[in-house]
Amino acid sequence: MLQEIVIAGFGGQGVLSMGKILAYSGIMEDKEVSWFPAYGPEQRGGTANVTVVVSDDPISSPIVDKFDVVIVLNQPSMDKFENRVKPGGSLIFDGYGIHHLPTRKDINVYKVNAMDESVKMNNPKVFNMIILGGLLKISPMVKLENVMEGLKKSLPERHHKLLPANEEAIIRGMEIVEQIQKTE
Amino acid sequence: MSEEISLLKGNEAIAYAAVNYGVDGYFGYPITPQSEIIETLMAAAPWKTTGMVVLQAESEVAAINMVYGGAACGKYSMTSSSSTGISLKQEGISYLAGAELPCLLVNVQRGGPGLGTIQPSQADYFQTVKGGGHGDYKLITLAPNSVQEMADFVSLGFELAFKYRNPAMILSDGVIGQMMEKVKLPAPQRRRTEQEIREQCPWATLGKTPERKPNIITSLELDPVKMEENNLRIQAKYREIEKNEVRYDEIMCEDADYLLVAFGSTARICLKVIELARKQGYKVGLLRPITLWPFPSDIINKYADQVKGILTVEMNAGQMIEDVRLAVNGKVKVEHYGRLGGMVPTPEATLEALIEKVINS
Repeated sequence: MLQEIVIAGFGGQGVLSMGKILAYSGIMEDKEVSWFPAYGPEQRGGTANVTVVVSDDPISSPIVDKFDVVIVLNQPSMDKFENRVKPGGSLIFDGYGIHHLPTRKDINVYKVNAMDESVKMNNPKVFNMIILGGLLKISPMVKLENVMEGLKKSLPERHHKLLPANEEAIIRGMEIVEQIQKTE
Repeated sequence: MSEEISLLKGNEAIAYAAVNYGVDGYFGYPITPQSEIIETLMAAAPWKTTGMVVLQAESEVAAINMVYGGAACGKYSMTSSSSTGISLKQEGISYLAGAELPCLLVNVQRGGPGLGTIQPSQADYFQTVKGGGHGDYKLITLAPNSVQEMADFVSLGFELAFKYRNPAMILSDGVIGQMMEKVKLPAPQRRRTEQEIREQCPWATLGKTPERKPNIITSLELDPVKMEENNLRIQAKYREIEKNEVRYDEIMCEDADYLLVAFGSTARICLKVIELARKQGYKVGLLRPITLWPFPSDIINKYADQVKGILTVEMNAGQMIEDVRLAVNGKVKVEHYGRLGGMVPTPEATLEALIEKVINS
């Protein structure tokens, strides 16, 4: 198993921390992981992105050009990363703020209305966990229980009271993810 | 999962490894992409546990001279910076080499020249292995290609530095510094006692005792006859290091028709290039220098008899290629592929370059 993933959005959407939780979850399953952020001025106002690789074997390159899964959380990220999905790979997006749907026909496309759902749940902060739920539903690379272990590891203890809300958000994401295009 | 495994950035791994190794003092000045080293050390507050000093100096020049002071007392002293900050330290580094003081330097490289960019680069290869400061000197240079090696090379760097009384440099880059991977940190050990330092470093200026002459640490010698002797002694030491301390990794080289030579993060990218190339039927191997000085010339010369062509992959305009060509000595074609100014090559583009510049030419 080798999954090469990029998560891209605005700075502040929880892109980097979502990647970190995914990486921690991989460690909990004794998998190999790498997490490489686009660091620097890109994170201020523009797009932020992180490449996460989860694998059964040692990871060769943490630098990836074409991805198994691309997660885009705003239009600039959609524009930048649509052509970097491997043929037959998956693109996941949040419906909020996306004006143009992807045009490629050789990829699977999924929508998770995480922004709307997080507002409904009265907790906009779990936005990225709803997206993570959608990812885990379509590509179950790590088990939910290990994601929760990973969350516990990556959150300072004083925030552990937030764990149930995060779990609820992940499960909600698994429920609301919808496939809007299958590869031809 | 075993408890000791953590998920850390390369920069964080260096900081924790330094505390665990029992380093006596870190002196630095923040600069992207390596500021997490001093940030992590400040948060870890080792002065409360091991007694390690962590100090943000007023400048890079001050920091390197604090390292000089600590090293002269036989202490495990280190500093870190990125490219433009390392340039500022060069005078101090030359003094450290001239005074034969052991210490650990870390360069998490960013794109240059000048203030350049904060994105990853390997353009300080020449500066590091050919002597960025003045005079005939060498730095023992280690090139980590993973977060684990960022941690491991702290102890290796200090061991080699103290074995030969010479500064050692970890030459990393923004990719390895900023990425997170699994890492197992070295077991914590206490700092050496004053007595242990006196025994390990009889040359250290820790205060004269009645049974010996005063120790003098200096790079200055105005008598050229004596200064030549100093140089010859240092050069003899360098020949010893070249004989004993060459380190490298060979990946799928046994049957290789084509050889990639790359260090640090580009060596990781080349691992993927090998996978892609072999799927297309090209037998490609990778020779990864772990020590950039001393350089693994002999093994590269050996492979020059076996392969049809060599490609060096570097995030610079072609620096290590000069050492590879010297090692190969004209036996086989050596080409270079690189990206500049903070751009990172992709595995796919690197394979294209290998096919175009080496395999099909």
